[in-house]
Amino acid sequence: MNSQLLSLAIWVPILGAVLVFAVGSERRTLVRWLALAVAIAGFLVTIPLYTRFDATQSGMQFVEQLPWITRFNVWYLLGVDGISMPFILLNSLITVFVVLAGWEVIEEKQAQYMGAFLAMSGLMNGIFSALDGVLFYVFFEASLIPMYIIIGVWGGPNRVYAAIKFFLYTLLGSLLMLVALIWLFLESGGSFSILDWHQLPIGIKPQILIFIAFLVSFAVKVPMWPVHTWLPDAHVEAPTGGSVVLAAIALKLGAYGFVRFSLPIVPDASHTLAPMMIALSLIAVVYIGFVALVQADMKKLIAYSSISHMGFVTLGFFIFNQIGVEGALVQMISHGFISAAMFLCVGVMYDRMHSRMIADYGGVVHTMPKFAALFVFFAMANSGLPATSGFVGEFMVILGAIKTNFWLGFAAATTLILGAAYTLWMIKRVVYGPAGNPHVAELQDIDGREFLVLGLLALCVLLMGVYPFPFTEVMHASVDNLLKHVALSKL
Amino acid sequence: MKTLYLLVPLAPLLGAVLAGFFGSILGRAGAHIVTIAGVALSFVLSVIIFQDVQAGHTFNGAVYTWMESGGLKLEIGFLIDQLTVLMMLVVTFVSLMVHIYTIGYMAHDEDNWPADSKAGTHSYQRFFSYISLFTFSMLMLVMSNNFVQLFFGWEAVGLVSYLLIGFWSVRETAIYANLKAFLVNRVGDFGFLLGIGLIAAYAGSLDYATVFGKAKELATMTEAITGWPLITAVCICLFIGAMGKSAQFPLHVWLPDSMEGPTPISALIHAATMVTAGIFMVSRMSPLFELSDTALSFVIVIGGITTLFMALIAIVQTDIKRVVAYSTLSQLGYMTMALGASAYSVAIFHLMTHAFFKAVLFLGAGSVIIAMHHEQDMRKMGGLRKYMPITYTTMLIGAIANAGLPPFAGFFSKDSIIEAVHFAQVPLAGFAYVCALAAVFVGGLYSFRLIFFTFHGEERFRHGHDDHGHGAHHDAHDDHGHHGPVEPHESPKVVTLPLVLLAIPAIGSGWLIGTILYGNWFGDAIVIAATHKGMAAMAAQFHGIFGMMLHGVMTLPFWLALAGAATAWYLYILRPDLPAVIKQKLAFPAMILEEKYGFDRFNDWFFAGGARLLGRGLWKGGDQVLIDGVMVNGSAGAVGWISGLVRLFQTGRIYQYAFGMIFGVFALLTLWISRA
Repeated sequence: MNSQLLSLAIWVPILGAVLVFAVGSERRTLVRWLALAVAIAGFLVTIPLYTRFDATQSGMQFVEQLPWITRFNVWYLLGVDGISMPFILLNSLITVFVVLAGWEVIEEKQAQYMGAFLAMSGLMNGIFSALDGVLFYVFFEASLIPMYIIIGVWGGPNRVYAAIKFFLYTLLGSLLMLVALIWLFLESGGSFSILDWHQLPIGIKPQILIFIAFLVSFAVKVPMWPVHTWLPDAHVEAPTGGSVVLAAIALKLGAYGFVRFSLPIVPDASHTLAPMMIALSLIAVVYIGFVALVQADMKKLIAYSSISHMGFVTLGFFIFNQIGVEGALVQMISHGFISAAMFLCVGVMYDRMHSRMIADYGGVVHTMPKFAALFVFFAMANSGLPATSGFVGEFMVILGAIKTNFWLGFAAATTLILGAAYTLWMIKRVVYGPAGNPHVAELQDIDGREFLVLGLLALCVLLMGVYPFPFTEVMHASVDNLLKHVALSKL
Repeated sequence: MKTLYLLVPLAPLLGAVLAGFFGSILGRAGAHIVTIAGVALSFVLSVIIFQDVQAGHTFNGAVYTWMESGGLKLEIGFLIDQLTVLMMLVVTFVSLMVHIYTIGYMAHDEDNWPADSKAGTHSYQRFFSYISLFTFSMLMLVMSNNFVQLFFGWEAVGLVSYLLIGFWSVRETAIYANLKAFLVNRVGDFGFLLGIGLIAAYAGSLDYATVFGKAKELATMTEAITGWPLITAVCICLFIGAMGKSAQFPLHVWLPDSMEGPTPISALIHAATMVTAGIFMVSRMSPLFELSDTALSFVIVIGGITTLFMALIAIVQTDIKRVVAYSTLSQLGYMTMALGASAYSVAIFHLMTHAFFKAVLFLGAGSVIIAMHHEQDMRKMGGLRKYMPITYTTMLIGAIANAGLPPFAGFFSKDSIIEAVHFAQVPLAGFAYVCALAAVFVGGLYSFRLIFFTFHGEERFRHGHDDHGHGAHHDAHDDHGHHGPVEPHESPKVVTLPLVLLAIPAIGSGWLIGTILYGNWFGDAIVIAATHKGMAAMAAQFHGIFGMMLHGVMTLPFWLALAGAATAWYLYILRPDLPAVIKQKLAFPAMILEEKYGFDRFNDWFFAGGARLLGRGLWKGGDQVLIDGVMVNGSAGAVGWISGLVRLFQTGRIYQYAFGMIFGVFALLTLWISRA
């Protein structure tokens, strides 16, 4: 049983998606419930990955290996360690929320909508568990397609521009990665195994080139400054569910790429270029923080806030200490919950008012008190309040940064002020005050379904903030191993 | 015992959860019963724990491991010693009083909400939930045995403060004030977090006992990157946190605005407990602060500035709550000076007496506000003493204590602070001493001005709204004055009972001075370096409370406070026409004070405006023009331009292609011949 868990995590949602497509959009009720059942089943099959995970072991677990393209030595090779395992659970859980969020809102082509999300969920799990370079690349690229379709079909008025911008940006990045993968294949004497590449000695010049090839691909995904401008556009046009998956999961792929590829395969280049990576990360934290402050569109604001929070992730990775790297991973998970919740909150309001503009709101608390309570809670989590998950990752990364260099911690800690400023200023204008206009006065509070989704997310955020121990515990061995590996020169 | 410790914060938390989530089921009475029961239990347990600690049973232990990473083990746990238990008593007692008082104060809260607001439906229950949640957070803060939990409590009280200042969320001023309070506090927390980060980096632990154990070692280190003496950097960073929370200059700006919140929380959070968290924290960190005279000097100067300059503003305020708010700032400044003078126990002692007498002043002000139908402008009050005898008496007690006259509580603590500052040897202590003395006079003046203005003299509330009293100063509250003549009467028992119960310690808690300050009562909880001899010298001088009073009336502070009171009497009872004249003659200084030295304007313009300007510049200039315009669309444009250029050659006309070929052959031939 253990040996097929990862395959189940990948293929249950994908096959479920095929099933949902087959049912067709005419039978809406059936499609919804089927999609929900698939999503829940997809989440349930990932739970053993956590319960049966051996936290003392640093290597890959639940490994599956089948031949795929034998001529090029390409394998269907899967496995997870303490770094990747949490993201499979996160992804599968978020998919359940996304299905619930699209329950009534999506009226056109619901089967295709639900199917696209389920398929994407499976592909994302594939990315997090692939240990073969080609397999990884296939999953990585394939996951673009559903997202492209989701934005392009169910998106806002400017959806085609946003979808193409998203697609070109990310595709151009990944082409360079393909070059790097092929070079590594040749250099390693014909292996596509990522684990083999970890052991492969490489000179400093090729290391730097490979690092840059990976960087272009992953930096676009994260996104890092200055290749971040596709994200606000994509978020603004994407439907709520699209934004949720984009923020909660898709952004993590780039960051995950750094720990799975860049750091272990080219450690010397990583060290050499770390100052640049740190600088880009801090620009993301500070520069983007200021940009978020002046956004008039809530989705853009949260999109910029995402970029700023992801800056903590890349910062944590490139300071090379355990608390920093683990903090970055915790931040990735936490950001998955919080950004998902924030986009869902905007979605709740958008469904009622058909506006994302801050100026169209005001005094929402008077008509939607339950929603307002949850929204304020998530806003506080987004501002990094202790006892929410938002605090844990930022706190760890700041501690790690101060350990490395006081000024890094200083720059990173400005998020305490900036994050609170842009989030709570938005809350002030949207939630508080007298009812902004007659439309706000007619708003209906959230229904049971919306309450369930936001309430469960709130519980996740709170739980992870009050007791992050289980989250970091599973990472220790793998992160420790990674850092030991990165400390060894490959020259 | 450990279960009891756990129960102290959890009882109010349970109350908060019940009142918050099940408020509609519990109803109003149900909500205040569960929350009051929770806080009352907490208070009773605190008394039991107090006796236990008196018997010598201190505790330091973990409850659970919060997180572990990179060799840093972070635990949630309790440290129960004399310092903690005193804070627990103050917090739970004042909180209990405020809970009871709230029943009366918030009884008609639905009037404060728009009729159709669903947020107003259960606002009563929500208010109780918040103040109980606050009590939980504050207890977690004071009972912590480590920096992480301290920071949790620190931010959690900030959160509840945010929610409560903006409680009446329909008011623009309230939601401006709560955002401001949160952000200014975050500036302080920024420093605080850096301090914690430095400790984690250099001591390798965030557990108090471990860090204090390494304090001497830390004192010899320098920060690797900046080259600063480590202990000074740590202490100043931590103190910046205290400046935010305890509203010290220049991070004091949020506290006066926080008066937008309902009065019970002004008493509980913004006077008695939360704002003293900074004072508590520095006292808790005495093993670190004692090792850096530079940091102590910084502390004493900030305290001195806050004490005097905030007291001066109180003189010109006409809103009754704002007078008390500025007086709170000034008193917090006193406590801070005491910290800087290494007189931590004196700071905590003043924290305690202040909690009582300031809670009385705030709750009394609230009682007046109820009687005046939510009028807060003292120019529309006057002569209230015969209508509200209990409120008057208790507020008078509070005011005398605030002015620091014997035998009331404030005398003992404030006089000890002035003495301690006098003995302080750190650089610039002399400056602080001058500030402290000047502030005594000002304190006497504004305290009695408040009493005389509100309770004595002409009954100005009978004039309706056309009497603006003194000068042309209009403020936001002018529009409240349209109720016509009101007939004030004493507040109900749920309001006056807490006043009386708080007035008792406002008189008597000072008499504990011998025990708390000079009986080595704090034991190991507070550490004082051997070189800082102030406390020892004071102990040598101390000959019982009567000796202290006798000595007190023969020294300058007593006469300065009395002179302040006399001035208030002269200006507001004997010659009520004079203040307007003085204001006219001293228009410029009066304007400076009414503008609060211009901090609010400057912050709004420079920080808030500047940040928006910068954000807009980076967004439009950086993201839109440079990145999207030049790089993204620019490269797309370049591709388009090149393909446009190439398209020119694809004309589809045979003769042009033929010409091209012939030209090419010719060029190649030329090249070949010339090389040969």
